[in-house]
Amino acid sequence: MSGAVPMSWALLLALVLFALGLIGLLVRRNLVFILMSIEVMLNAAGLAFVAAGARWGEPDGQVMFLFILAVAAAEVAIGLALVLQMWRRFGDVDADLTGRRDGG
Amino acid sequence: MAGALPFVIAFPFAGFVILALAGARMSRRAVAAIGAGSVGLAAAAALVAIPAWLAAPHRELVCTLWRWIEAGSLSTPIMLRLDALSLVMTGVVTGVGFLIHLYSIEYMRDDDGYARFFAAMNLFVAAMLVLVLADTLVLLLLGWEGVGLCSYLLIGFWYRDPANGRAARKAFVVTRIGDTAMLIGLLVLFDRLGTFAIPELMARAAARWPVGSPVAIAVAALLLAGAVGKSAQLPLQTWLPDAMAGPTPVSALIHAATMVTAGVYLIARTHVLFELAPPVQTAVAVVGVLTLLMASFAALAQHDIKRVLAYSTISQIGYMFLALGVGAWTAAIFHLVTHAFFKALLFLGAGAVIHAVDGEHDIFKMGGLARRMPLTFWTFTAASASLAGLPLVTAGFYSKDLILWRALSAPGIGPLLWAGGLAGAFLTAVYIFRVVFIAFVRPAAEPGRALHRPGPWIGVPLVVLAVLALTAGALEVPRTLGGVHLFSHLLSGVLPEAAHEGSLGLEAGAQLAAAVVALAGVAVAWWAFGRRPESVAAPLGTAPRRRVFELWADGWGFDALYDRVVVRPLVRLSEAAKGDAIDALAMSIAGLAVRLNRGLALTQDGRVRRTLAVLAAGAVLVGALAVLT
Repeated sequence: MSGAVPMSWALLLALVLFALGLIGLLVRRNLVFILMSIEVMLNAAGLAFVAAGARWGEPDGQVMFLFILAVAAAEVAIGLALVLQMWRRFGDVDADLTGRRDGG
Repeated sequence: MAGALPFVIAFPFAGFVILALAGARMSRRAVAAIGAGSVGLAAAAALVAIPAWLAAPHRELVCTLWRWIEAGSLSTPIMLRLDALSLVMTGVVTGVGFLIHLYSIEYMRDDDGYARFFAAMNLFVAAMLVLVLADTLVLLLLGWEGVGLCSYLLIGFWYRDPANGRAARKAFVVTRIGDTAMLIGLLVLFDRLGTFAIPELMARAAARWPVGSPVAIAVAALLLAGAVGKSAQLPLQTWLPDAMAGPTPVSALIHAATMVTAGVYLIARTHVLFELAPPVQTAVAVVGVLTLLMASFAALAQHDIKRVLAYSTISQIGYMFLALGVGAWTAAIFHLVTHAFFKALLFLGAGAVIHAVDGEHDIFKMGGLARRMPLTFWTFTAASASLAGLPLVTAGFYSKDLILWRALSAPGIGPLLWAGGLAGAFLTAVYIFRVVFIAFVRPAAEPGRALHRPGPWIGVPLVVLAVLALTAGALEVPRTLGGVHLFSHLLSGVLPEAAHEGSLGLEAGAQLAAAVVALAGVAVAWWAFGRRPESVAAPLGTAPRRRVFELWADGWGFDALYDRVVVRPLVRLSEAAKGDAIDALAMSIAGLAVRLNRGLALTQDGRVRRTLAVLAAGAVLVGALAVLT
């Protein structure tokens, strides 16, 4: 498959995406952006699975990606619900608010 | 059925477990049913085990439940043994215990700690049953310590009053002195004879040690110290009067069925050792006589009805020790049984009185109760008659008479011991009828005061015990009065009977003396306290007499003496040793833990993003290590 993208490129892309997601997770204080960063990290992992599946011509990689999609959807549903609750209660979605010792 | 034997212990223990875990959420009716029912079932299980016991070889029913400790040559199975001695003890513990539990249903009805009370009472009975049914000394020790624990829990039952907590602690610590000596004795026995099984131990001791050998004397002395602590004899008797801090049914249980009789049982169970150590056996008798005289005088001067009974228990246990000391093993156990009946009854009667007059303990503030509480009066009087040993019609006469006769016919200092016992019998009659005349017969101190009349749960145990306190003497009647020997025949397989028998005329004379002395005691009590009601409140005339009475009321000042000689120096020593090197070491370990805690607590500041960053850095580090190496 001469036209195929080499796997190392795909893995490199996945690494960059994962690092970007992690950095976003760490530096952003807005919970919505943190959730988005987590999505980016999940997709980076999914990309690595798909690339590996393509490399060996196995369907497992795509199956795993479907799982990750399902997990990500569930995670976002709960995460957004929490964010919404937090907005209603505190009028703010700052992640550092959750760390207050008295629990809110 | 031989299989019923473990259930004798299992029922009260199960009652304790259920009440301790779930008692707080149960209705009072359910608590009472479980608390009293479990002891009743234990008594039933003991009855069921009797046919198997009769059929067993040598009338010894042995039942191995499981192995407990196995280490090298040390092997201590959980083994129960039902022979005539433990059967009698089991009968007393479960029978009298059951009646006391029935009584408690009503007596404790309004108490907040209803379930806690019955839980501890059940554990008390279970521990005492372990003690009397144990076939190994280790199991016996388990029951022994269990009894000590329960006495602590129950004496300090009303823990909101610090005085009760102090009394409980005193009981625990003072008996612990004896327990420690006993533990040393048990370990010496194991070290020398290589077994904990009681029958095997006794056989080996008799085979290996000659009479009067130093080891036997040392072991017997150590066991005696244990028995003295548990049974509240001189010089460790000081805890018992204070143990009155507990609820009255607890006093009844401690004094009649459990706890204080443990020392008598221990000596009877290990009588072989005491026979090998004649000096110690003589010491047992001397301790008994001194204690019974000391306690009788102290009982004469008490104002608190329960303290009179407490000193009375000390003195009656003194009679049992006297019997043990002169080798009248059966007589000691017989007196233990009759004492259990009449002392339980005295306490339950006293409890009914205290209940009726709103918790008043002072006999001088009672009075006139005979007409207003006839049932309590008559049963209390029956028990008093039995305690005083009024001739022919009471159980106490037969058992006490047996002890006195054995003491008189014992060689050596026997007549001296007998004289002491006889003087004690006179004092016994005086002090107990002093209570009867002052509290019941004398006109009321505060007429018109409302009385709570006892209900059926209190009345029935009183009547049953009164019947037993009067008639149990028929089990063993001396030959001068017809000669019934059911009790000594029952125990003859376990306890040897003294071989010496004096002349018939002397025995009749001794009995006559005992009878006259008891009647004289009642007469003196009537003359001093019943005849002239107005003089009772101030029976103390001149100063020296008053001082003697105050000394007696103080229990001969033992508390003050121990406080000065033992307690205060100990407290001062421990205060001086508060900051020594060992303490500093222990404190520095604690300080290190505190500092570590403060350091580590900094990392747990609850900031999510910082935690995540550290986590990510760690993951990168691990990943880098995995790739680079």
